[in-house]
Amino acid sequence: MSVRRLAEVQPASFEFTPDNRAWADKQIQKYPLGRQASAIIPLLWQAQKQNGYWLPKPAIEKVAEQLGMPFIRALEIATFYTMFNLEPVGKFYIQMCGTTPCMLQGSDSIKTVLERRVGPPHKVTADGLFSWIEVECLGACCNAPMVQINDDYYEDLTSENFEKLLNDLAAGRREVKTGSQIGRVTSEPVGGLTTLTELWGKDGRSGPGRLPKAEAEPDHAAAADEKAYQDAQPGAEAPLHTQMSQSQKQRTGRPESSVAGTGTRTERPVEGEGKKADDAAQASTPPSKHTP
Amino acid sequence: MTKLIVDGTEVDVPAEYTLLQACEEAGAEIPRFCYHERLSIAGNCRMCLVELKGAPKPVASCAWAVRDCRPGPNGEAPEVFTKSKMARKARNGVMEFLLINHPLDCPICDQGGECDLQDQAMAFGVDTSRFAENKRAVEDKYIGPLVRTSMNRCIHCTRCVRFTAEVAGTSDMGAIGRGEDMEITTYLETAMHSELQGNVADICPVGALLPKPYSFKARPWELGKTESIDVMDAVGSAIRVDTRGREVMRILPRINDAVNEEWISDKTRQIVDGLKTQRLDRPFIRENGRLRAASWSEAFNAIGARMKSASPDRIGAIAGDLCAVEEMFALKLLMEKLGSPNIDCRQDGAKLDPSLGRTSYLFNATIAGIEHVDALMIIGSNPRREAPVLNARIRKRWRAGNFPVGLIGEAVDLTYPYKYIGAGAGSLSDVVAGKDFGEDFAKAAKPLVIVGQGALARADGAAILALAAKVAGTKEGWTGLSILHTAAARVGGLDLNFVPQAGGKDAIAMAEAGALDVLFNLGADEIDIAPGAFVIYQGTHGDRGAHRADVILPGATYTEKSGTYVNTEGRVQIADRACFPPGDAREDWAILRALSDVLGARLPFDSLVQLRRLLHERHPHFARQDRIERGGDLQALAAKAGQGTTDKAGFVAAVQDFYLTNPIARASAVMAECSALALDRQMRHAAE
Ligand code: SF4
Ligand code: FES
Ligand code: FES
Repeated sequence: MSVRRLAEVQPASFEFTPDNRAWADKQIQKYPLGRQASAIIPLLWQAQKQNGYWLPKPAIEKVAEQLGMPFIRALEIATFYTMFNLEPVGKFYIQMCGTTPCMLQGSDSIKTVLERRVGPPHKVTADGLFSWIEVECLGACCNAPMVQINDDYYEDLTSENFEKLLNDLAAGRREVKTGSQIGRVTSEPVGGLTTLTELWGKDGRSGPGRLPKAEAEPDHAAAADEKAYQDAQPGAEAPLHTQMSQSQKQRTGRPESSVAGTGTRTERPVEGEGKKADDAAQASTPPSKHTP
Repeated sequence: MTKLIVDGTEVDVPAEYTLLQACEEAGAEIPRFCYHERLSIAGNCRMCLVELKGAPKPVASCAWAVRDCRPGPNGEAPEVFTKSKMARKARNGVMEFLLINHPLDCPICDQGGECDLQDQAMAFGVDTSRFAENKRAVEDKYIGPLVRTSMNRCIHCTRCVRFTAEVAGTSDMGAIGRGEDMEITTYLETAMHSELQGNVADICPVGALLPKPYSFKARPWELGKTESIDVMDAVGSAIRVDTRGREVMRILPRINDAVNEEWISDKTRQIVDGLKTQRLDRPFIRENGRLRAASWSEAFNAIGARMKSASPDRIGAIAGDLCAVEEMFALKLLMEKLGSPNIDCRQDGAKLDPSLGRTSYLFNATIAGIEHVDALMIIGSNPRREAPVLNARIRKRWRAGNFPVGLIGEAVDLTYPYKYIGAGAGSLSDVVAGKDFGEDFAKAAKPLVIVGQGALARADGAAILALAAKVAGTKEGWTGLSILHTAAARVGGLDLNFVPQAGGKDAIAMAEAGALDVLFNLGADEIDIAPGAFVIYQGTHGDRGAHRADVILPGATYTEKSGTYVNTEGRVQIADRACFPPGDAREDWAILRALSDVLGARLPFDSLVQLRRLLHERHPHFARQDRIERGGDLQALAAKAGQGTTDKAGFVAAVQDFYLTNPIARASAVMAECSALALDRQMRHAAE
């Protein structure tokens, strides 16, 4: 971090759009009378969004006035939080994560691309399209390295796909993909599942009210218990595993086949064959879901 | 009350005390930076760490309440150690951290010698630092003409931020950025706009904020210190005048909880340069329309010659705003001896009548009493300009909550919200009739009505005072009617009955053309005296009064004489002499005594002691220092409400330019700068 000051060149005035104004009023109303100042951060944030992602002096003053705060109090907030940009940023404002996990995964090469393609940090390119800064962890370390561009995350970057991403953005192409750039869904493991490859309780060795058994022998009593448990569930017509596979589908929104690809997750093995099924699951490498 | 053991001594303190207060009660000294008893608790410097038995870490004693201490396993009283190894080590550590980014430039720092950081580093610090890296550097900020900044030295205690937000009520200062980049500043380096801003330099525990006009002028150990009383307004703030040789170097507040707590206004603090410039240091006589320097005997003879030919009822005397009781007393005796009934101490024409008793012209609620009132109405006054320190008290009461304030007069920013009732006497009559704010007000058990000189110094002043007395009501054991004076000399003058005697003319009448042959003007600079009369001006500065004078007698300012002053509450206080008047100037009572000889009306005292003895004989209450004596009640006054006609014109506060209210302030370049700045701000505000 460094000392942050307001930009030298400032617009003459700032006014919320009617929509934003209405939105701001709603935020203010969330707080009891005399505590309007609590709405300062959402309002500054909205002002920043409205103003091309940076916060000019007239906006700080306007918001302070609206909330009945002395200007200095609003300035304190605006300078405290680094997510308030006090100087103009590019149309695509890139926040590059340079914290340890991203660095280990190659954020340095991303930085090199930025320095070459966009220039030094905190500087807007001549065409007004890009500006970038390095930030601390943005919480997407699983998909490192990553950048945030405006409101979106772009993950699993390499210098090639990042450069392409920048070119696409510059060309105004709409189809740029947010999230992982290598087709992975959220933060699943790159090489497919390595854990939780089985349904919980399915193998008969774990489940409600049970301690994991040391021996590999199936526990018949336990299986019977599970049956009783399922029967006791009101309205549980469908077998548990079907319910689960359904919800899995809903959650991921992926076609059945890709879930089925993990095989053992949905197939409930015959009782007493848990061990065999386990072995099978370990032996067979599930087909990768990440084929682009 | 809660029992607590501090370093082995048991103390019994209220549960809401902080550990720091409890430790002080037990006689233990706790170092501190951010804690200040008149500000909210911040707990950010960590210098006050102590060991609390059972707590895993040292605790910040300023932010830890006694009621939060847990008793021992068998119900023993909580135990605090302020001198244990842990406490010492904690302080060492904090001090080392504080000094990491502190420039340690004490030899060139004005705070040196009276710096909390310096003292505490000596007492609680270690003798070396392990920090070999670069220190951070912070740009100095412009925060106004009165306070110089040296922000490298700031330790981020935020006392200044809390002071401007809480006491001054202007929220001028703030902390921008964060962490290592935190900086104390005003909004985009604009000048602070409080009348109390100078105090931030006092509460700053280091040399980050310093009085600008005093920069690099003196070291604290070379100054003589005299305890005195301020005369810039009628509050009578306790001050300390620091002198080097004949020169006043600076003025600082003293603590007086009954009056100014520990604040003083900027005018009180920074008129120092006004005490040195534009001084009248020898007598002058006007010859052929021009003033020329003269000797004392020449001046006296000129006066004597003129007086001889004037009949007593064509002689008069006006006393100004900065006079001490002693010289007004001497002048009154002199006029008595000369047989003139024309004397007045109310150059503004305020309709205050001492014959109604002291209660009719005092701030009866008292300044400390403001904290206990439950409703306030301000009539024709702008307390922020007329008495900033008193205004801070009102704000303090307002911050405590549940405090309706109403205002009749000019709608100005008082640093606290109020209900604007109206501009003039009409609104006041409405309130008397129970309308508007009157209803709320009638419910109050201890209502306070502040009447400013703006409401009294007009033709209908007496009628307005009666109405105000009616509004304040006459409750058993509570007098809410409070007159806010603007002149330090006024209450003393009224106490002396320095008002027209039977058949005498008042100040306004005396100043009119052809009213008098000889007018003795004792430091009254706020009144225009029409051409015609022969005017003797006795005062300190070449100001308005001196320009209209035919003979000038150079007197002493309040720092150059010992004088009694009575503040707006009626509190008798003595301002001590800190240095001597310049050149041929003399103490005022002595000038009058010498003059009386020449006029053949010798005053019956040869020393200040004798004068005071006579004064105390005639007016015994002047002998009782720091006391407030009541006199009379308001029944008679309140009964007159509604009689007499009132004018429709709105009230205009007596003080329009806070910085230039008297000859000393007008001679000060610092005050001129402040005034220009305030004016500029007003203009811009009006333009918006
Ligand atoms: S300037 Fe002085 S009073 Fe203000 S935060 Fe810094 S050290 Fe504290
Ligand atoms: S380290 Fe880059 S997102 Fe966490
Ligand atoms: S005095 Fe307690 S933390 Fe500063």
